[in-house]
Amino acid sequence: MSGHSEHNTKTLKLIVWRQAGPDKPGRFETYTAKNITDHHSFLEMLDVVNEDLIKEGKEPIVFDHDCREGICGVCSQVVNGVPHGGHERTTVCQLHMRLFKDGDSIYIEPWRARAFPIIKDLMVDRGALDRIIQAGGYTSAHTGGSPDANAIPIPRHDAEYSMDAAECIGCGACVAGCPNGAAMLFTGAKVSQFAALPQGQVEAAERVANMLKEMQDCGFGNCTNHYECEAACPKGINVKFIARLNREYLKSLL
Amino acid sequence: MRFLSSSVGRKVLMAITGFFMLFFVTVHLLGNSSIFIGPGALNTYAEKLHSLGPLVWIFRGFMFLMLAVHVFFGIMLTLENSAANPSKYAIGRKLKATFASETMIWTGVLLLSFLVYHLLQFTVRVTPDIMPDAVANRPGDVYKMVLGSFRITTISLVYVAAMATLFLHLSHGIQSLFQTVGCSNDKTLPKVTMVGKLVSALFLVGYSAIPVLILAGILKN
Ligand code: HEM
Ligand code: FES
Repeated sequence: MSGHSEHNTKTLKLIVWRQAGPDKPGRFETYTAKNITDHHSFLEMLDVVNEDLIKEGKEPIVFDHDCREGICGVCSQVVNGVPHGGHERTTVCQLHMRLFKDGDSIYIEPWRARAFPIIKDLMVDRGALDRIIQAGGYTSAHTGGSPDANAIPIPRHDAEYSMDAAECIGCGACVAGCPNGAAMLFTGAKVSQFAALPQGQVEAAERVANMLKEMQDCGFGNCTNHYECEAACPKGINVKFIARLNREYLKSLL
Repeated sequence: MRFLSSSVGRKVLMAITGFFMLFFVTVHLLGNSSIFIGPGALNTYAEKLHSLGPLVWIFRGFMFLMLAVHVFFGIMLTLENSAANPSKYAIGRKLKATFASETMIWTGVLLLSFLVYHLLQFTVRVTPDIMPDAVANRPGDVYKMVLGSFRITTISLVYVAAMATLFLHLSHGIQSLFQTVGCSNDKTLPKVTMVGKLVSALFLVGYSAIPVLILAGILKN
């Protein structure tokens, strides 16, 4: 059996955002990605490019990654104008090079939003999302040791709903895709996952008020219901959670 | 008040004021449609309205307040949002945003300009196309006044264009309203969006029918 022949590899033109630091000016640089196969993931493709850059004595492209399994939410690249590249329920680490053709040009940019300052190249500081969680994305009810399963009966529908919201991996694609740099899908999912469960009721009013306030203080924009967030979300978080957030906010005023 | 400084609170104000204006354009269309019954019907309608006296002014004041709040927060939200998203991507590819959703501020500003023109024309009656006798006795022969103005092609075109603008604004605005006040979920949103576009189209057709039928010579003296 022969391995990969020359014919099975692709050569791609990458147009990548390079920026030395938060307050440094950024610019696009063009690179050629050689010897890319269908089996490379997008990040592995960048690894190949970086190895070439290192061999040439150049600075490799800095990008965020950790699990490479689509669960940690750390990878954050806008590929051809769409966060994570725009394939349904796919993080950029799970994006595969079989989706690209030999000779394609690919624009790679960092998340762009005021609340996500660029650290270097494609890596941004998404700490603002953590600050929103710190403002209320938890319950402080004493639960003792591990409770018996089903000690608190929760209707199946509510459990499913909460789990759907909790699928959010906090990657920030919703913010990156939003024309307003808003974080309403993220905040909506985090508020909804608690709002649907009895454990979340006690602090419901404070939670939504505090998380929304933090969201604004972090410099995120306001939602105007474009729904780009939902389309960009690699976990398919639905904008119904934004409606839920709005509802929870109105309830908190009563 | 915390409500006024909250991102969601201000959006809810946009939605509530938008809702009242939506209610107004509905009632206004129903009233205008009396023109299809005949000259007498429109004139009787106009007279009834004017005879309400102070009620008319209370209503006008209320609508002005709705408009002012809507415009104020609309401009503020738009400015804040462009500040929150200062740098654009090299390739701007949109997945779900629509032409209507991305132009809300511009269709809004156009609607505001049209509204000023429309009020100067048929309420204050100071535009050049208005005959002196329409100014002298109010409400007077509203049918004749409307007919006289819409026979001028440019004026009719301006009205149809304004109604196309309203169509765009509301084809995004109606579903947006429901989402903003939280009356929305994954099952209702596609339906509300469809009904919203249908209602917007009804406004476009209903309102535009008046200038178009007058220009076509179907509505006449
Ligand atoms: C006949 C007049 C108008 C009607 C019936 C109307 C109706 C609406 C409705 C129903 C919404 C959706 C509200 C929401 O989701 O929160 C909306 C949003 C908006 N309107 Fe208006 N509007 C009118 C005039 C204006 C004017 C004069 C302006 C600005 C100068 C304006 C600017 C906006 C903006 C910026 C939005 C926010 C976009 C969004 O949230 O999707 N509108 N309007
Ligand atoms: S690297 Fe963990 S989700 Fe992509």
